[in-house]
Amino acid sequence: MAEKNKLSIICMSGDFDKAIAVFTLASGAAAVNYEVNVFFTFWGLNNLKKKTGRRFIGKGFLARFFNFLLGGRDNLPLSRLNFAGASPLLMTGMMKSRNVATLAELFQASIALGVNFYACEMAMHVLGLTKDDFIPEVKGVLGVASFLDLSKGGQTLFI
Amino acid sequence: MSIYKLDITKDRCPMTFVKTKLHLEQLEDGDTLEVLLSEGEPLEKVPKTVIEQGFQLLENVHVKDKIHRLVIRKLTVTGVGNNSR
Repeated sequence: MAEKNKLSIICMSGDFDKAIAVFTLASGAAAVNYEVNVFFTFWGLNNLKKKTGRRFIGKGFLARFFNFLLGGRDNLPLSRLNFAGASPLLMTGMMKSRNVATLAELFQASIALGVNFYACEMAMHVLGLTKDDFIPEVKGVLGVASFLDLSKGGQTLFI
Repeated sequence: MSIYKLDITKDRCPMTFVKTKLHLEQLEDGDTLEVLLSEGEPLEKVPKTVIEQGFQLLENVHVKDKIHRLVIRKLTVTGVGNNSR
């Protein structure tokens, strides 16, 4: 069989709609046999938190407060017209009623298809997070140089 | 040898590909998977990716309206590769 194509995505956003784009591309590419690497940094790390709601996690008072405000996968805001968190719920309902995969389904599909998740070491340090704060599917904690090595020879997207 | 069935006619991208891939991963040698899918991107791309992943596409027929049926078989290829078109 031919060598695998490769897609690498840098996910910096913690927005609901952008997370949908990330996991749609990741699961879709993995489904057509691409090797897929997603590098989560800053607000993107919210997608990986083990605690999916608002929790005081992280090291240090400010970090814990910040992580509470940011929340996890269940609290991602819509990038426009968020209406205090009501819009992501409405959007999920619309997606379900129109047979479009929800964020949770796309996330699970990405995991089931073996998409490689990586967390940014520097952003974790700033937000006081450790690998234990993330889901076990996170394959590693990386810096820029390692991510460049991983993404070499494929397509890279920034979301 | 088992026969599995999958209907992705109501699904949208990327779940058409995702569901097909997840079902293909569960096949044992000699098993077949029948997939019902819609015209458009699923019909244009799913058969292509199935073949690219080394499965045999035994059948690609129009069923009704805009729905087609694929019959896919997993076969361990020994020698010169599969003969799917």
